[in-house]
Amino acid sequence: MLEQAFSGSKKYWTWLIILLVIIGCGVLAFLYQFYQGLGVTGMSRDVTWGFYIAQFTFLVGVAASAVMVVLPYYVHHYKDFGKITILGEFLAIGAVIMCMLFIFVDMGQPLRVVNIFLYPSPNSLMFWDSMSLGGYLVLNVIISRYTLDCEKKGIAPPKWLKPVVILSIPWAVSIHTVTAFLYQGLAARPFWLSAVMAPRFLATAFSAGPALLILLCLLLRKITKFDVGSEPIQKLAIITTYAMLLNIFFLLMEIFTGLYSGLPDHARHFQFLYFGLDGNYRLVPWMWISTILAIVSLILLLVPKYRKNEKLLIVAAFTVFLSIWIDKGLGMVVTGFIPSPLGYVPDYWPTWVEATISLAIYALGLLIVTVLYKVALSVRRMLKTV
Amino acid sequence: MSIDRRQFLLITAGVAAAGLAGKQTLSVFAENQARKSDGFAGKRWAMLIDLKKCHENEGCTKCIDACHLTHNVPHFGNKKDEIKWIWKEKFEHAFVEQENYFVPEQVKQKPVLLFCNHCSNPPCVSVCPTQATWKRKDGIVMMDWHRCVGCRYCMAACPYGSRSFNWREPRTHIKQLNPDFPTRTKGVVEKCTFCDERLARGLKPACVESCPVKAMVFGDLENPNSEIRKMLGETFTMRRKPELGTQPEIYYII
Ligand code: SF4
Ligand code: SF4
Repeated sequence: MLEQAFSGSKKYWTWLIILLVIIGCGVLAFLYQFYQGLGVTGMSRDVTWGFYIAQFTFLVGVAASAVMVVLPYYVHHYKDFGKITILGEFLAIGAVIMCMLFIFVDMGQPLRVVNIFLYPSPNSLMFWDSMSLGGYLVLNVIISRYTLDCEKKGIAPPKWLKPVVILSIPWAVSIHTVTAFLYQGLAARPFWLSAVMAPRFLATAFSAGPALLILLCLLLRKITKFDVGSEPIQKLAIITTYAMLLNIFFLLMEIFTGLYSGLPDHARHFQFLYFGLDGNYRLVPWMWISTILAIVSLILLLVPKYRKNEKLLIVAAFTVFLSIWIDKGLGMVVTGFIPSPLGYVPDYWPTWVEATISLAIYALGLLIVTVLYKVALSVRRMLKTV
Repeated sequence: MSIDRRQFLLITAGVAAAGLAGKQTLSVFAENQARKSDGFAGKRWAMLIDLKKCHENEGCTKCIDACHLTHNVPHFGNKKDEIKWIWKEKFEHAFVEQENYFVPEQVKQKPVLLFCNHCSNPPCVSVCPTQATWKRKDGIVMMDWHRCVGCRYCMAACPYGSRSFNWREPRTHIKQLNPDFPTRTKGVVEKCTFCDERLARGLKPACVESCPVKAMVFGDLENPNSEIRKMLGETFTMRRKPELGTQPEIYYII
């Protein structure tokens, strides 16, 4: 089946080569970081997690969001999603692999990463996170492989596959919940110490993920002959709308609790994020851009006339995705460290090394998704012509 | 109650670790296991710092120098890469949100000595995915620099900023090498270990020994006749962020 990946148009190959070049740059940057130490990043004694861990967190959400197409199709027998479940699962595979790479490049001693498995520590949420992510990858590989294989052979998928698919649904929820627990269980970091963190992670995941899927489907329609039809896209748009509303609701709860209670431990983090603290305004413009994008997206999604217009829907999906990426991929992690537990207001901004490595990991994810989508579409096309 | 729960978790962790790792892996990594000394059973090390005494000697950095020299702590000269095991901080940073409007200048201006609190309930230990940091029976929160993967989860979990990470190669930044103590590699976390290597030889921690005004008292809280126990019973002391339930073992006379 995978041989389909090796035959393609000129455009396909050009795209792959561009991605490979970016990946190559990332490998070089990583080698530099590996030999110099993590000092070449923007992280410091006070801000010990930065862009890498933030991307990891964001992408766990993208991975988990596959459940938003799997669940309606397999549990509610929503047939229109039949064409896109495989796209969701393949996207999840790409996202999980990116997650793992982001953890890997963030380690001070990446070669020792096996220690996590040699000395399993159930006390540590990081242990559970690696377990759940690994399991989720395996589940999605199995599910997508067998469904596609059976589709190709024109037979019904084996009976045992259904329970595996059903298992993947709570599993998807678990990966992002455990990722939230990584943060929300730390008494040292009041900004993260919030029970609404896990629900909010899920809400952001289930809006940014389907928004990305909408964009991918529309892109596929444009550059290939593969058309999922407008029904499933509208369904995805509705899922995105609800999840985005929930996300904003949860965010307002956080802000209310933090600011109205006036507890300095909580309030100062929000102050840093939205208004700047002690002369550090690093994230302020970003957070307001994110806010404006969120408002624009909600207007476009909530008014049926706009939502049904696919051109505007593209804008809506973009704004949702970007708004959440800024919130999770830039703001959420770093703000946990600013101000520091000793009341200092350190600064953090990713360096070119971090940017290059991150870009390369995203390129690799795109490469994986491209190749997998190519395989899926080729199988479908063959079926039609036979 | 929380200690019971933690102990339970630790036991569960131990059982799971033994079960999953299997005998073979255990013997292969016997070297690592051997490093995990449990310390002195029945003891509970703690430190009392009399800041009034400390302030008698303005500008003194003897304890800091002694510690950093003994333990090959590198000096980078910038805040970003900084590594420190013991250092001084103003009251408002040491005891965040505890400063009143009108405090004696002596409290406001004079520095407070900070280092790892060797918490009885250490959040850094619970979060470590490799047990590279663990709590000994005598209360010392230890580090295994050969096992640490450098994920820095412990640094996120420590509410006191006690931990440092080797962002760059440390060996080239050691001013004067002490051949009796290991150096670290880049990419691992380090912090104060209460001078476990000196305790094993019957010595007091280097900082305590170096203090000219005897502002630091080190001892065993389990021993009712120890100097530290007596002093704790006589004078009111403070600990940093006691409300977090970490139970720090560093006590301050302000
Ligand atoms: S002070 Fe920080 S590093 Fe030391 S034991 Fe407590 S939590 Fe761990
Ligand atoms: S940095 Fe090292 S000691 Fe700290 S949690 Fe990670 S593995 Fe454990």
